[in-house]
Amino acid sequence: MSDLIKITYREAIKQAILESMQKDDRVFLMGEDVGNYGGAFAVSKGLLKEFGPDRIMDVPLSESGFTGAGIGAALAGMRPIVEVMTVNFSLLAMDQIFNNAATLLHMSGGQLNVPIVIRMGCGIGRQLAAQHSHSWEPFFAHVPGLIVLSAGTHEDARGMLLSALQSPDPVIIFEYTAMLNLEKEIPSDSGAVEITKAKVHREGKDISLITYGAGVYKCMEAAVSLAAEGIDAEVIDLRVLRPMDEETFLASVRKTHRALVVEEAWKSVSISSEVVSRIMEKAFFDLDAPVERLCGVEVPIPYPKHLEDASVPQVMDIVDKVKKMLRP
Amino acid sequence: MEKKKKLDAKEGQRLLHQMILIRRFEEKSAEEYTKSKIRGFLHLYVGEEAVAVGVIQALTEEDNVLSTYREHGHALARGVDPKAIMAEMYGKLEGCSKGRGGSMHLFDATKNFFGGNAIVSGHLPIAVGMALAAKKQKKNKVTCCFFGDGAAAEGEFHESMNLSALWQVPVLFVCENNLYAMGTAIRFTHSVQQLEKKGPAYGIESAAVDGMDLLAVMEAAEKAVKMIRETGKPYYLVCNTYRFRAHSMFDAELYREKSEVEEWKKKDPIPKFQDFLLKENLISAGQIAEIETAVEEEIRKAIAFGEDGTWEETGDLTRFVYSETQSI
Ligand SMILES: Cc1ncc(C[n+]2csc(CCOP(=O)(O)OP(=O)(O)O)c2C)c(N)n1
Ligand SMILES: [Mg+2]
Repeated sequence: MSDLIKITYREAIKQAILESMQKDDRVFLMGEDVGNYGGAFAVSKGLLKEFGPDRIMDVPLSESGFTGAGIGAALAGMRPIVEVMTVNFSLLAMDQIFNNAATLLHMSGGQLNVPIVIRMGCGIGRQLAAQHSHSWEPFFAHVPGLIVLSAGTHEDARGMLLSALQSPDPVIIFEYTAMLNLEKEIPSDSGAVEITKAKVHREGKDISLITYGAGVYKCMEAAVSLAAEGIDAEVIDLRVLRPMDEETFLASVRKTHRALVVEEAWKSVSISSEVVSRIMEKAFFDLDAPVERLCGVEVPIPYPKHLEDASVPQVMDIVDKVKKMLRP
Repeated sequence: MEKKKKLDAKEGQRLLHQMILIRRFEEKSAEEYTKSKIRGFLHLYVGEEAVAVGVIQALTEEDNVLSTYREHGHALARGVDPKAIMAEMYGKLEGCSKGRGGSMHLFDATKNFFGGNAIVSGHLPIAVGMALAAKKQKKNKVTCCFFGDGAAAEGEFHESMNLSALWQVPVLFVCENNLYAMGTAIRFTHSVQQLEKKGPAYGIESAAVDGMDLLAVMEAAEKAVKMIRETGKPYYLVCNTYRFRAHSMFDAELYREKSEVEEWKKKDPIPKFQDFLLKENLISAGQIAEIETAVEEEIRKAIAFGEDGTWEETGDLTRFVYSETQSI
């Protein structure tokens, strides 16, 4: 085992960008305010100085245009990292991502690869109100041709980008803005990570907590509280929202016989809908109780703190829900 | 050019009052933000007051106004109650959007003030549609839409310009060119930086004006509105201005020199207009002091109103997702 180092989520992403740009000169970063401003969330601070404006490209507010240009550059042999400031603005680039990035390989009969990486900030919890608090992971996860990753931990914030840049196919990485300042320990040599599998972060025998993104640390925290009350929860981070690795959570459910799926996105037609469906299809007879879900309340996210908090599952909600499921 | 309309003392004092109100309101908002009374994103209008005040005074109460997330100034100039704006930023039920929107989403339908739109350029097509409705309804109603230099790089800007000219609808596009989109200077975002040149390409009459000069903005806006009312056609007005403060409360302003800001502060629209009024004997020093005192009192009341406001019941979280009436 290597040493552990303390690192913020922001620094983890930054190190990955830095390392990938040093290793491969086909890699360049483009996005709004990535250069002179230092990144909307200070992720790319200092990189303009290090790499110059050809490789750290500030772009105009033209999400469809520059995302499409990233796709073009990828087709033509580059390895662009396109930063869409936040997922909320990715809606303006949807056409490029869904109609072009996701289809070119197939439509061309396998001739055209689109090795682009699109990173975007996402998540709820900073009182940014309806237009700036979307959880669009389910939209992207709906689309064949995309690889959709959710960096719910610091290790993944660093490692997913390194792995994504090796992929011959378009990769979307969701980064959780509310975690940027959060410090955690990761192995000092932590590098590229597996990007085809979900991960069991904590083993347990009583119930499977299946989650992703901002739900990961919340479920880990809930599991600690539950352990104090004698409930042994297993925590699974889906990580790869498409193509989804079902084996990991099905194996878990076959062991614990109970599952709670936790996500911040709206409940209907969500990632959790998909997870529950697969459990029903493939592990129904292993269940001791109905699978349950804690998801975002179906409302555009309101501004006031108390209403925003009530819109998405909190640690206490998870703890309470599990207790009800196990000790009805 | 039309001959400068003689401003009477009462009107001059009213406009100065508005500009000072906006300035002090913004300064107070920044203070409240550091006290954590206001949260989320907060974008201040300090330095740009002459634009909102000069343009909006040219409109009637029936006209529509749409703005961005940097809209406190427009809301105040439109006559939205400062108490309701402050309560909105406090997240209270008494806010102009019932606390649901916060700083970026001020709405007041009774004032024909339609936001408070935080997806850059997203409101331009809406403005075109409102103008289209006025045309269909044969109403003498101008729709005025404010946006930034950054917004003019979005596809929606170009689509809206084309649609408005194609359909010949009564819309006034007002570009507040403050030379920066967040931290990205206009030279990095526009191939042609005289933004008014983009209008004629669509067959839209366009002009640029010194946005730091209230009288110039008034004259340009009056001319534009007159043309729109007479012809029913769109008009595009670029107001060249500058924001004295950071883009938002998260901005370290690494992208511009302090000296540049200081240079622009010399063009501060408020002292400039104040001096004009004094020179023309339209105001006395005593009357200016009275305005300052009155504004202070208005802001004190707004803060008290915000403080005293009520938090919405969490049980009402899902209100306003769908209408509470069956028909409208
Ligand atoms: C579509 C979209 N992309 C990005 C953002 C993030 N963002 C908010 S304001 C802003 C800069 C806009 O600049 P400008 O239009 O010049 O208006 P200003 O803030 O200068 O008034 C950016 C990039 C956004 N809100 N919407
Ligand atoms: Mg601007």
